Amino acid sequence: MARAHSLRRRTVTTAASWLAGLIIFFPILWMAITSFKTELEAVNIPPSFVFFDWTTENYWVVQERSNYLRFVGNSILLAVGSTLVGLLFAVPAAWAMAFAPGKRTKDLLLWMLSTKMMPPVGALIPIYLLFRDMQLLDSRGGLIVVLFLLNLPIIIWMLFTYFKEIPGEILEAARMDGATLWREIVYVLTPMAIPGIASTVLLNIILAWNEAFWTLNLTTSDAAPLTVFIASYSSPEGLFWAKLSAASTLAIAPILVLGWFSQKQLVRGLTFGAVK
Amino acid sequence: MATRQTRILAHAATAPSTLVLFLWMIVPLAMTIYFSLLHYSLLDPGTESFIGLVNYEYFLTDPAFFTALFNTLKLVGGVLVITVVGGTLLALLLDQPIWGRGIVRIMVIAPFFVMPTVSALIWKNLLMHPVQGLFAWLAHLIGVRPIDWFADAPLTAITLIVAWQWLPFATLILLTAIQSLDEEQKEAAEMDGTPPLSFFFYIVLPHLARPITVVILIETIFLLNVFAEILVTTGGGPGNLTTNIPFLVYAQALLQFDVGGASAGGIVAVVLANIVAFFLVRMIGRNLEA
Repeated sequence: MARAHSLRRRTVTTAASWLAGLIIFFPILWMAITSFKTELEAVNIPPSFVFFDWTTENYWVVQERSNYLRFVGNSILLAVGSTLVGLLFAVPAAWAMAFAPGKRTKDLLLWMLSTKMMPPVGALIPIYLLFRDMQLLDSRGGLIVVLFLLNLPIIIWMLFTYFKEIPGEILEAARMDGATLWREIVYVLTPMAIPGIASTVLLNIILAWNEAFWTLNLTTSDAAPLTVFIASYSSPEGLFWAKLSAASTLAIAPILVLGWFSQKQLVRGLTFGAVK
Repeated sequence: MATRQTRILAHAATAPSTLVLFLWMIVPLAMTIYFSLLHYSLLDPGTESFIGLVNYEYFLTDPAFFTALFNTLKLVGGVLVITVVGGTLLALLLDQPIWGRGIVRIMVIAPFFVMPTVSALIWKNLLMHPVQGLFAWLAHLIGVRPIDWFADAPLTAITLIVAWQWLPFATLILLTAIQSLDEEQKEAAEMDGTPPLSFFFYIVLPHLARPITVVILIETIFLLNVFAEILVTTGGGPGNLTTNIPFLVYAQALLQFDVGGASAGGIVAVVLANIVAFFLVRMIGRNLEA
């Protein structure tokens, strides 16, 4: 494979892709840099990229002024909670569809995926009014239910594709040996499915963490996650760029880390198997 | 292979999920349809009355609806063009031999994991601010007049922000697809001295036709619902220059308290999304058979 032009070509393609990568990544980098500036420095023109007095003050101020950690707590609770409830429903369903498929299994799966394609504005008004009447507006429980329902099709779908890859003979062998369904799921299926379940959990935590339609419409303060907290910086007079950057950097940092681990799952989970 | 007992168990295992998803889909939808046939305003409760299709008549003849429909189409179309063209080019580039591909990939994928409210506000302020934004400074450096993005081209600004968020998705899927292109085919083309452009148009592009269709369909379904980016940057304005259909429905329901009219708008949005979903579901279904 080593050809004469390969070194030159490699240099060119490397330079081009690093340039493209840096441009795409730049807004995130710039946000992180700005979060370490003073408010005055943050709006200074010409902007400085490295040579300014780096300060962590913004991070402390954001926590002190707005009890930032409460929003972080809500984000964690909503993302993890809705994903765990989702698993509870999805594991048996995906198990049944993968290992005991019937005539209508395919249609059922397609129908479940199609619920994900419903535009949320079609449901906004009744859900809002129901939540208002049941005193669920701005409650963590209510929002966990909504996020759970929102992502359940993707959880089922992903688990289904992972379970499909497990050879069914192993389960049959366990059944022959007299394992009950429960034991079959807990002791045979689950250990083999752990990597798939972990990937599913990861992607769904990311999706729930970043969800910004229902969280913005159904919460105001008590149950508000980070998406809503950041949105509070949208008021025209709230132009505190350095603090906005600090709050934003903290809000996306954990998800960026999780996201890098879940690149592969992204393709599987969000294309519903339409790309192989 | 499935025994009777297994069949019953399988039904029991899928029943809870099926039931909750069915309720989640049908209850709000039925209520929205019902509301859409009522005169129902939160401002004067107790005056609800059945008025047939009047809400639809109002909604569909309202100039605001056409503006919102065109804005929706412009936003979806603009983002699709940028992400599909950009994603294809980036995928081709990342498929080349490069040093540090892992790091480049990470940088390219990162925007997808940024929550919508963060990307919208960071772009609006830090980058697109007409005086203190980085773009304004760059414009000054090269001696052109900076663009006041959110005053002069608000919808374009939102399109750029949303495209930045979705570019990684298109790139990642198209890169996966390109990498599944047969290595031998690539080598054969290279040995034959196939010019890069012919190679792209006769071998790569046909191979990408299907993944590109999938990217377009899936992105469209999500892009029809863009909401947070508009809420935190423009609030639909100036005027209704950046109001898309979801935002119009939201504004009618939760800002003007017209439940009936907003419900009619919600149903229109459902119909639009279903047209796209129809094709997507068919493509997924065909893949499930294989």
